[in-house]
Amino acid sequence: MHELSIVLNIIEISEQEARNAGAESISCIELDIGKLSTIEPAAFDFAWKQGVRGSMLEQAELITNYIPGKGRCSNCRTVFDLNALYDPCPECGEYLSEVVEGKELKIKSIRIEEKLVT
Amino acid sequence: MCVTCGCGRDHVHDDYDHHHHNHSHSHSHGNGNNDVQDKLINLEKDVLYENALLAQRNRGYFDAKNIFAVNLVSSPGSGKTMLLERTLKEIGSELKFFVIEGDQQTSLDADRINATGTKAVQVNTGKGCHLDAHMVLHAIQDLKPDENSILFIENVGNLVCPSMFDLGENERVVIMSVTEGDDKPIKYPDMFHTSGVCIINKTDLLPYVSFDMDKAIENAVKINPKLQFFQVSCTTGEGMDKWYDWLKQRQAELNPA
Repeated sequence: MHELSIVLNIIEISEQEARNAGAESISCIELDIGKLSTIEPAAFDFAWKQGVRGSMLEQAELITNYIPGKGRCSNCRTVFDLNALYDPCPECGEYLSEVVEGKELKIKSIRIEEKLVT
Repeated sequence: MCVTCGCGRDHVHDDYDHHHHNHSHSHSHGNGNNDVQDKLINLEKDVLYENALLAQRNRGYFDAKNIFAVNLVSSPGSGKTMLLERTLKEIGSELKFFVIEGDQQTSLDADRINATGTKAVQVNTGKGCHLDAHMVLHAIQDLKPDENSILFIENVGNLVCPSMFDLGENERVVIMSVTEGDDKPIKYPDMFHTSGVCIINKTDLLPYVSFDMDKAIENAVKINPKLQFFQVSCTTGEGMDKWYDWLKQRQAELNPA
């Protein structure tokens, strides 16, 4: 259940950014999560519900972009869709050396309500 | 609920004290004006960047002191602690070793290591399923490993979660045993993908189990063609000499000519 520590990291980073901007709550958060990042969506959603309680993200809309995996063949350099780390290259049958997409784990953006100073 | 810091004692986190959430913060916006506007903040920030920073800090410490740091990962019961015990007993007088033991509970493993005469500290992660760079940072402060030594970091027995957390190690070593399935690498690909070395332990039990060594290696290489293998038995000592040679060579490579 490393998903919970990932959720706690997300809360910490986004709360810090929101506070720096003078906000008291976050209305929306957008995440990029690679399908090869070892984050299990169901476990993540469960951890999210528990983790955000009492935080600035409690009411926030959660937008999760799950990024499909892409690998570059170590032999012929073909870039191909990678559903699992052991998928062979469709061109030459070699196993990959490099994941080029699908390992993402980042906060793209947060939406806050900023108080207008008059 | 903090799975970020497993130190379990009073200390000052210096510039990292923001690890601990402070939900009771208060500040005033002054004029009581409730007019608000929606604002989008583009962050594009890696969720694990804090861990990555601390891992780099650990790495810098290891580099400066010529310490070869090894992160040992495996499922529970594959023989990580026994591998360490045997290694320390057999070549503990030739090389200087230090050990960080990670477990959810108890100091049993650190006690086992200390009994070999090697200095070890235990990190209890509580409910946490992995070590992170922050816990290792504190453990290093306790342990104060010598220059030109080898630091073993025995991670929590878990083949999934620890793969995500860089500790600043020089090498990640995944251990599996012949009493597990030869399909383990493809069932838990991430750990094999992020490791440089794979130790296959308990080879003395091969006559009694259906484990297919060639198949296991073939599966692991599908995930990581660069993996280097050692087949060992920590009970009989078979194959351990190659592991020792590798450790000595890697430590020696760090020493300036």
